[in-house]
Formats: sequence, C-alpha cells, structure tokens
Amino acid sequence: MSLRRPAKDQPDNFEFNSSSMEAAKMIISKYPDGKQQSAVMALLYIAQKQNDNWIPLAAMKYIAKFLDMPYIKVYEVATFYSMYNLSPVGKYFIQVCTTTPCMIRGANKLVEACKEKISKKESELLKDKNCSWMEVECLGACVNAPMMQINDDYYEDLDKEKTLKILDKILNGEKPIPGSYRGRINNEPENNRKTLMDIKNA
Amino acid sequence: MLKDQDRIFQNLYNDLGPDLASSQKRGDWVNTKEITNKGRDWIINEIKDSQLRGRGGAGFPTGLKWSFAPKEIGSRPHYLVINGDESEPGTCKDRDILRFEPHKLIEGCLIASYAIQAHVCYIYIRGEYFVDGQKLQAAIDEAYEKKLLGKNAAGTGWDLDIYIHYGAGAYICGEETALLESIEGKKGQPRLKPPFPALIGLYGCPTIINNVETIAVVPTILRRGGKWFASLGREKNTGTKIFCISGNVNNPCNVEEEMNIPLKELIEVHAGGVIGGWDNLQAVIPGGSSMPLIPKDKCETLTMDFDSLMAEKSGLGTAGVVVINKDQDIIKCMARIARFYKHESCGQCTPCREGSGWMWRMLERMARGEASRDEIEMLGDVTKQIEGHTICAFGEGSSWPVQGLLRHFKDEIKKRNKFDPIVKENKNIPYLVDQHLLDKNA
Repeated sequence: MSLRRPAKDQPDNFEFNSSSMEAAKMIISKYPDGKQQSAVMALLYIAQKQNDNWIPLAAMKYIAKFLDMPYIKVYEVATFYSMYNLSPVGKYFIQVCTTTPCMIRGANKLVEACKEKISKKESELLKDKNCSWMEVECLGACVNAPMMQINDDYYEDLDKEKTLKILDKILNGEKPIPGSYRGRINNEPENNRKTLMDIKNA
Repeated sequence: MLKDQDRIFQNLYNDLGPDLASSQKRGDWVNTKEITNKGRDWIINEIKDSQLRGRGGAGFPTGLKWSFAPKEIGSRPHYLVINGDESEPGTCKDRDILRFEPHKLIEGCLIASYAIQAHVCYIYIRGEYFVDGQKLQAAIDEAYEKKLLGKNAAGTGWDLDIYIHYGAGAYICGEETALLESIEGKKGQPRLKPPFPALIGLYGCPTIINNVETIAVVPTILRRGGKWFASLGREKNTGTKIFCISGNVNNPCNVEEEMNIPLKELIEVHAGGVIGGWDNLQAVIPGGSSMPLIPKDKCETLTMDFDSLMAEKSGLGTAGVVVINKDQDIIKCMARIARFYKHESCGQCTPCREGSGWMWRMLERMARGEASRDEIEMLGDVTKQIEGHTICAFGEGSSWPVQGLLRHFKDEIKKRNKFDPIVKENKNIPYLVDQHLLDKNA
C-alpha cells in the first residue's frame, strides 16, 4: 500500500463549472438508476482536471453531495487510487515508469534528467516551475521502455538526452509530440519486422 | 512461424487504420447477424470447441465461463464487463487492441453479450490509457452512428449499450471482483468468492468478466470456426496469442504468434535476439511480473503455453515476456518487482499488506549484500505465509516471483549475503509468529 495524504493548504470552496457539470451529468447517465455512486471515479477525475490537476477536500465534499453518498466514501476512493493527486502538482505532470521492464532499459537515466531539470525531490512543485515529476509503477508500455507520461500522453523509447530535450520544451511551455522517440511506429520490432509484411508494403 | 493469414490482429501495427471502414475491409462486422442467428448454444459450443482460454492471465476456459451465466434472465439484468485494466509489468497487448483493433473488441462485445444475454457492457480501462480509451470511444461512437450498437445492434435484434469506465491507477482492479467494486464506485478491494460473479456480480447481478484480448478474438473464431482455432497450438493450449517481448532484447515488440511457440524463436526471430547475444541471457520472466522467472538453461527448449510453463513451475500469465541479460543484477530486478507489489497491495488482507513490504525490504538488503544467511530461508518462509492466505490471487502474484528467484538464484544470494544471523543459537522455532506451532512443541 502507499501512503497518501491530502495537502495542508486547502481551498474553502469547490464547485463544478458549466462544462464539468455537463460532463458529470453525461457520466451519471451511463449507470443504472440509483447506482450513481459508480460515477464517483469519473467525477473525481473531472474535478481534478478543472482544479489544475489536483483534488481538494472541498471537491470531495461537493461530489459526495452531488452523488448523494457519504463524504468518507468519496475520501476513501480518492485516497485509494494513485491517479488522484491530493496536493498541487505542476501544470505538466510528469510520471516516470521505473518498474523492472523500464528499469533494465535505463529508466534511472530518465529520473536523473528530471532531477537535473525540474527538482531534486520527486513530487516537489517549485515556485518558478510549471511542472513536477514523480516515479510511478508500470504504465503498460513495456515494449517501448523506458517511457514516461506527461499529463495524458505517453513518451516512449527514451534515453537521458531525449528526456532532457522534452523537459526543455515543457519548461518553455511548449507541448512535445507524444509517441516513440526512436522513430519507430507503435509496437513493431524496429527494422526487424517479420510479420504482416504484405500489409506493410501494400 | 504462424502464417500471416492466420493472424487475427491484422492491424496490430496500425498499417491499415483503426476506423470502421478499414476494419470492415479486414472482415469485422461482416454478417454479424448470421453469427447470432445461429443461436446462443451454437456460439458457446463453438467457443468451447475452440478451447479458447482467457487471455488475462488465469487461462480459464472462456466457453465454460459463458455457460455459467443463467440461461434465462430473471429479475436481475445480466452484465458483460471487459477487463482492460492491463497493469501487469511486462504486458502491453490490450493497449494495441484498444487503439488499433477497437472494432474487433466492440463486435466481440456484441456477440458475447448476446451469448450471455446482457444488454449493457462496461469496458474497464486503466486510467493511464486515457488517450487509447478515447480512441476506443471514437470507435464506439462510430458504431452507434452506423447502428452497430444501440437498439437492434447490427440488425441482430439484440439491444446493446457499451460504456467505458476508466480506472485510476490501481493494479488490483485487474482482479475481477475488485474491478466490479471499482465500477460500483468503491475502493478496488477484491470480494470473497463464492458467490462468483457469474451469479452475483456487478450491482449484485449475474456478470461475466473477460479480458480485452479474449473478447477481441471471438468474432474471428466464430467466422473461421472453432476447429480452425483449435488446430493452432496444441491441445488445451490452442490458438494465437499476442506476446509482448520487452527488456534486454534488440527489438522489443508485440507480436501475434501461435501458442506453444518456442521461447527461443520469440526472442531470436521476432525480438532480434538478446542484447549481447544468446549466451548473455540470464533469465526470462515468461508471463508478466507475477510469474516466476526461468533461468537460461531452461529457456533453450521452453515452449510458450499455459501447460508447458506450468510444468516448469511458472505460467503463461499475460504472455508479457521480460528478458533479463547478464548485465543486470537479478536480485535488484526482483526487488523492484517486490516494490511494485508492495505499492499495489490493496491492504485488505494482512499477509499481503505486511508481507509484500517485508519481501521488498529484505530483497533490497539482499541486493546490497546486507542480509544475514538465515534471512534467505526467512524470505522463503514469508512467501509461503502469503501464498494461499489471501482473498485474491495477488498473494500468489507477489510471492511467486520471489519464490522463482529463490528457486533458481539462491546461490547468487548466498554468495552476496554472508553475515552471521543476528540471533546465533539455533532454537529450531518457526520464523514467523506461528504461535500455535510453538505451543505444540512446548
């Protein structure tokens, strides 16, 4: 288990804005009548997006009322799942996978790059920076290791140099192009493809 | 090597595009009605004949699972739930299906829902795959537009709605009952079984849960016949499978191959060989991180299917092959996997919550050479206390890789860790707090 604590400085109020409200109502309609609690995960996610990538306690209280469920149940869900940020993170939130398949292909170099460019400690949001980073468990792109996720996008087939370049772009407020950084297409074996060649060459 | 025409996922590398029109050119959604017109029993029997086993890790026969759904709809509706919470380190096959072959999955959902009489299907996708989930959502929207979903889906006379539910970064939600809890808006903590989800599942209703890959191969099996599928591979380990080959290989890749393919062929032919040559191979994790590793000497002749790997005291799992060469510190590799399990334990059962942390800390010390000799046995003991003593299979998943390390690399650990035990006298008492055993000896 991992220990997760809410931030010390909390805003007093939270409310969905109109686009969040619309998205939330759409989500609730996916589930049977009376089972609106199912929407809690998606609603927390909407709240996180609206609130600069993190969820304040006020949002949990708001969602609890919104879905007619006890506050503690929302709190339980928000603290259980690791993708809900309980304290402020950067506008660009960088997650470096360091689980074994990435580790043996040099994920520690990516961590080094983050330490050099962003902050010495993980999950640290410096005042003059627009991003923060942390190590995470397997992100499920193992054949494209080592890789990292920035907000919703995957950046694959990296090394230290490429990571530094990506981080430079982010620090300048640009959005780097997601995908493989070794120029290969998706998950195919680079320069060594033996299957479905007729389709490739067609 | 498997012939290209026998590959189910023709668009695995996205040469053709994932949209509906190109999927139809590949044969998806062609006469879906004719398949459902043959009836539920025919569909389930054909899947049974194909000997398809679940692709999510446990390898449970799919046809048999479907036959557990109640024959008639009672007062409670039936649900189909698709497990796309792919989080097993070493595995990234479902992601490619979601983004490149979404229509195979959607058509499979329709056929499976018809077979088990479900009108609603939830696809649970891990939160990190948000972009890939959006691609699947686009395919679902396209299917609704072309009347392949919704009322009288694809002219089959069956109504079906498909919804995506995103996870939020919990590995444990890949366990089927934890996944149901998660859809219900709770913490993802597994339920006790029985009751099994086929009778009491989502919202207390009969629910069938299948992996993404399992459902995505169903339409092709029904079109080409269960016999065709069963002719590939070997008995009880039939068909094709997407293998993910990662780690220290020259060309890490995903590839669809026949079951029972030699491991050496996978690595040498498809993945371009081990970095530093075959002799530089140290060990292979054959089926995602939960499966015990296999040392080099056995890799020479090993074939990749459920039963032959079981005979090696490992398993096919999700077929995520992680290749580790001699440049890596094997104890460190396993310590990192133990850290993964420590992080992902849901905390419900004490042996797993506490044990996964113990295993990680002991392995970290062993990797640094700071453990004492007797701790090696103690570590083995901890794994035995976790395995089989938890609600779900996470206990096995976290202790098997450590057992695999102890089975094959004990000498390596012993060589590095030579400290004397902290308590020197040999008291012949169990290491853990097995009070009842102490009482017996007293």
